Amino acid sequence: MEIKVTINGTAQSAEVENRKLLVDFLRSDLGMTGTHIGCDTTSCGACTILLDGKPVKSCTMFAVQANGHELTTVEGLKQNGSLHPIQAAFKEEHGLQCGFCTPGMMMVGAALIEDNPDPTDDEVRWAISGNLCRCTGYMNIVKSIQTAASMQGEN
Amino acid sequence: MFPSAFEYSAPSSLEEALGLLKEVGDDGRVLAGGQSLIPMMKLRLAMPGHLVDINGVGELDYIRDVNGHVAVGALTRHAQVASSDLLSATNHTVSACAPWVADPLVRNRGTMAGSIAHCDPEGDWNSVMLAIGASVVARSADGGERVIHITDFLVDFFTNSLQPGEMVTEIRIPKYTGRGGGAYLKLERKIGDYATVGVASHLQLDDSGTITDAGLGLTAVYQHNLKVTEAEQMMIGQTPSDELFAEAGAIAARTCEPEDNVRGPADYKRAVVAEYTKRAFATALAQANGGQ
Repeated sequence: MEIKVTINGTAQSAEVENRKLLVDFLRSDLGMTGTHIGCDTTSCGACTILLDGKPVKSCTMFAVQANGHELTTVEGLKQNGSLHPIQAAFKEEHGLQCGFCTPGMMMVGAALIEDNPDPTDDEVRWAISGNLCRCTGYMNIVKSIQTAASMQGEN
Repeated sequence: MFPSAFEYSAPSSLEEALGLLKEVGDDGRVLAGGQSLIPMMKLRLAMPGHLVDINGVGELDYIRDVNGHVAVGALTRHAQVASSDLLSATNHTVSACAPWVADPLVRNRGTMAGSIAHCDPEGDWNSVMLAIGASVVARSADGGERVIHITDFLVDFFTNSLQPGEMVTEIRIPKYTGRGGGAYLKLERKIGDYATVGVASHLQLDDSGTITDAGLGLTAVYQHNLKVTEAEQMMIGQTPSDELFAEAGAIAARTCEPEDNVRGPADYKRAVVAEYTKRAFATALAQANGGQ
């Protein structure tokens, strides 16, 4: 089926097989490998993207279902050559170790601070509760998202 | 992973969706949030020949106040249920459960009606629906509309009573007729895991404080979500007390049939059922008495 999607602000059309998962379309067809596949069973959140602004797991959606919708991936965070606050804050606060969960964590964080400019520790932990990190113990991820919120507030 | 091949249709109206379901017959399957169906298809536990994707059927996306109940459309996501002021003012069991379904990302996509239709014994919603006495509305191209009480809708393990060509269009959440309250308590190893044990409670009281209606639903401790009718019947006409709730807990613990598995041994789960039943009714009572 032919689909029309807007990815990171750019309208695109593509022919995809019905059974192709959205994450595979992004990674294999478009070469956008910033979105990761972790568990492939709806558990880990590494494949999180924004669908019309809301974080969802792109391994649990077919590419054909994105037809007519707007997607934001980790590649779309950077604006006019400068890092998005969430990216700057993950760098600043050392919010990653191996980096595998990071794209998903940043997409959830970016969506959270859009809705909630000053999230508490609990609100951040609740928001990322669908995303697994096996390195950091979450401390610096939580700190990064809160730092991103305050950076965004300053801009 | 990728599922076996299927045909795909994306209707934009309910009428069109029902027509497609009729046309494709037994091969057809409704795709709503897909947060249970797609993982099952990836594991090839489900291999539908034709998916009818209702995500474009905007007329099924609503939470409406109707006489005597609140109607939740088949495309309403868990996240919308969790943030609905109307639902939190209508039914405490529903609003207590919504934030504990899966995880925030799944709640942005998965639907309450889809989860109810799926009838996974480890799913949370059907315990709530059994406790509060909800109804499921089903439509088909030929048969018009059927309103099915949840006790008739939930047949067994992953089995509902929909007829070929029928789909769930709405869930009806009854309003309290007197003072009412309820809770959903879920023990899980981590967010997003299935329940080790889930307990849904529902209470209604008359002006003198006597129990006029009681509901108790259990998750993950039987081959389907379990309504503990014996405990419900025992409580009606009684005055609420800690002893009464403990007795309900004891009935629930001996009625359920949990299995030993990775989430814990059966005797542990029975103990949790007894304790959570007591606590869930204590919370329901506090709400019925005007607390939070």
